[in-house]
Amino acid sequence: MGEDKAIYTVRNLQQGYNGRIVLNVASLDILAGEILAIIGPSGAGKSTLLRLLAFLERPLSGQLTFYNQPVSDQWPDLAAKRRVTMVFQRPQLLRRSVHENVAYGLALRGQQASHEVNTILTALGLDHLTHVPAHTLSGGEAQRVALARALVLKPDVLLLDEPTANLDPYNVNQIEQFIQQVNQTQRTTVVIVTHTIFQARRLAHRTGLLLNGRLVELSPTNIFFERPLQPETAAFIRGDIVY
Amino acid sequence: MFFSAFREAVSLILQMDPTLWGVVRLTLGVSGSALVLAAVFGVPVGAFLGLRDFRGVRWLTAVIYTGMGLPPVVVGLVVFLLLSRQGILGRLGWLFTPTAMILAQTILALPLVTGVTMTAVRSINPELRPQLQTLGATDWQILRTILHEARFGVVVGLVAGFGAAISEVGAVMIVGGNIEGKTRVLTTAIVLETRQGHFDVALALGIILLSLAFLTNALAVHFQGYLESGRG
Repeated sequence: MGEDKAIYTVRNLQQGYNGRIVLNVASLDILAGEILAIIGPSGAGKSTLLRLLAFLERPLSGQLTFYNQPVSDQWPDLAAKRRVTMVFQRPQLLRRSVHENVAYGLALRGQQASHEVNTILTALGLDHLTHVPAHTLSGGEAQRVALARALVLKPDVLLLDEPTANLDPYNVNQIEQFIQQVNQTQRTTVVIVTHTIFQARRLAHRTGLLLNGRLVELSPTNIFFERPLQPETAAFIRGDIVY
Repeated sequence: MFFSAFREAVSLILQMDPTLWGVVRLTLGVSGSALVLAAVFGVPVGAFLGLRDFRGVRWLTAVIYTGMGLPPVVVGLVVFLLLSRQGILGRLGWLFTPTAMILAQTILALPLVTGVTMTAVRSINPELRPQLQTLGATDWQILRTILHEARFGVVVGLVAGFGAAISEVGAVMIVGGNIEGKTRVLTTAIVLETRQGHFDVALALGIILLSLAFLTNALAVHFQGYLESGRG
């Protein structure tokens, strides 16, 4: 995990819609180079937290900082925003070839990097699909393309929202391995939201449990699963909290 | 009758009759200009409206849908009144000129281009937008990407707009006046020849008009194929 430098800090962060609070996190630091898993049942506020970290939404109240500066209308600017990319549960690819889909983010930045695109396609086992129209791909292939287009940009932070839900074990394995590899070689900070505790256990350095919008517990993954401090965490791990 | 009309059409085309040539050129010029103007305004506005959803947009959508079926005669009448000597645009002196015809046809094509573009943009999955945003797209880049995703629909809107412009007779008749060598286009020429009993010439002109429409649509379809192949 390296030095404990926080990329994001969250203090008393609240988000809600139509008068209903869906997220209320007292304190959370996301450290440079870590893989942080956020688990919890559906509707716990996991996706909302990710959308805040991706700057897709503004919080109702509280403070969120990114690289030590409070998030506002001025910060992050475009260049800083582009240090964060995200992969969604249902990837929306463009009606273009696989290669063009992966090159899209680079093109937005005015870069042409065909070599990088080909390298990442090969690394994700997609090289034989380079010139195939993206809308003909299977779910697992589409998600790997989505991961490739997010990671070819070499972001500081990769946000993953249930990236392997409904995928077969082969695709899950490939995606998880690649995420770990990128985290180790490029020190990419990864925040992964998942409702499978096994995925958190396999990937994450630290794991947190979100329940009804609150961060109930956050610890190093082995402690989280072996000696949870909170009864809710123990219940969730045992499968007693139905979701 | 049809056979002789067809022969007449072929001979008119083969003769490269300068009068006919002028009429064809003016037809394409007026309707082409109207299409370009309708595209310049209609595509961005349609895209913008397709990406928004608030009360005003729904009212505007109803207005645009109504505009997609505007009677050309009514548009002609309104433009005529605007451009007539007492009208608020009377000073421009556009009445009975191709400019007036372009204005009228632009008004006819604009709702079609805008409405179909809007619908095409709306049919793009709304989940695409945040995903583009997290890849670093600015608002402007998102708009361009979504328009590109909706490109087939946009081409349909352009084809419909051009079709409405080139085939209408009511508006150009009123604001252009069907002046020979100046504001006579294919549709108004057909009306004139029919009235004078030159049915074979009128039919021949009709065949030429249909052929022009077919050629432009074939071009559009070819262009769609070009887009589909991913080079667009």
